[in-house]
Amino acid sequence: MTTTIIKTTTKILAPLILVFGSYIILHGHLTPGGGFQGGAVFASGLALLIVANKYDAVKSLFEKAPLSVFESIGALGFLGMACLGFAGYTFFKNIIANSGFPLFGGKTPTGINPGYLNTGGTLPYMNIFVGIKVLAGLTSIVLVFFLIMRRERDEW
Amino acid sequence: MNFMEFFWILQVLIGIGLLVSAIVAIRFKNLIMAVIAMAVFSLILSLEFYVLQAPDVAIAEAGVGAGLTTAMYLLAIKNTTDEEVIE
Repeated sequence: MTTTIIKTTTKILAPLILVFGSYIILHGHLTPGGGFQGGAVFASGLALLIVANKYDAVKSLFEKAPLSVFESIGALGFLGMACLGFAGYTFFKNIIANSGFPLFGGKTPTGINPGYLNTGGTLPYMNIFVGIKVLAGLTSIVLVFFLIMRRERDEW
Repeated sequence: MNFMEFFWILQVLIGIGLLVSAIVAIRFKNLIMAVIAMAVFSLILSLEFYVLQAPDVAIAEAGVGAGLTTAMYLLAIKNTTDEEVIE
């Protein structure tokens, strides 16, 4: 499947898709979308990269990428952020919001506003962890489909 | 043309597009063309979700339905054969 058309299209489109997926994950508490949607978009960009490259290059690249570790980090980080709420409150209590913490801890303005990225408390952290988990899981599915390929000739 | 007329015309067009792409996906004998028809179905369905004011679901449908499942189907077809086999 590594024809010139697919290679050129991938060169132009893949960075845009990866940046758009990261944008959806990071702005999950402001705009439509969130961890799952951004992770799915990011994983479709990685799937495009996997499909457009040769078997050996993909295999040597993803032998170094710890996808299962990413998935475990996603699940454990999500639960850890939820357990932060035990500091005097309940499970999933948002204790970082409006607390003045330098990352995502800013004061939320009231009324109509353009949406400030430095707000939201634990929600952006949870979006990032869910995004990491989803992109690792979906990418590993496509990767398994690609790596068990028996015929390595370029037929179409 | 006010907003409601535009809304209903868009609904009818999306319904016709969904029906046509679904029938085409079943009828095609070449499996690669059927998979592309399913991707088109997924894209039109995500447009319908967006029109019905559910942009979350629209993004998920476009990413998973049009991107990932198409890549998975294409890889699976490349591993086997791209013609429908009737026993």
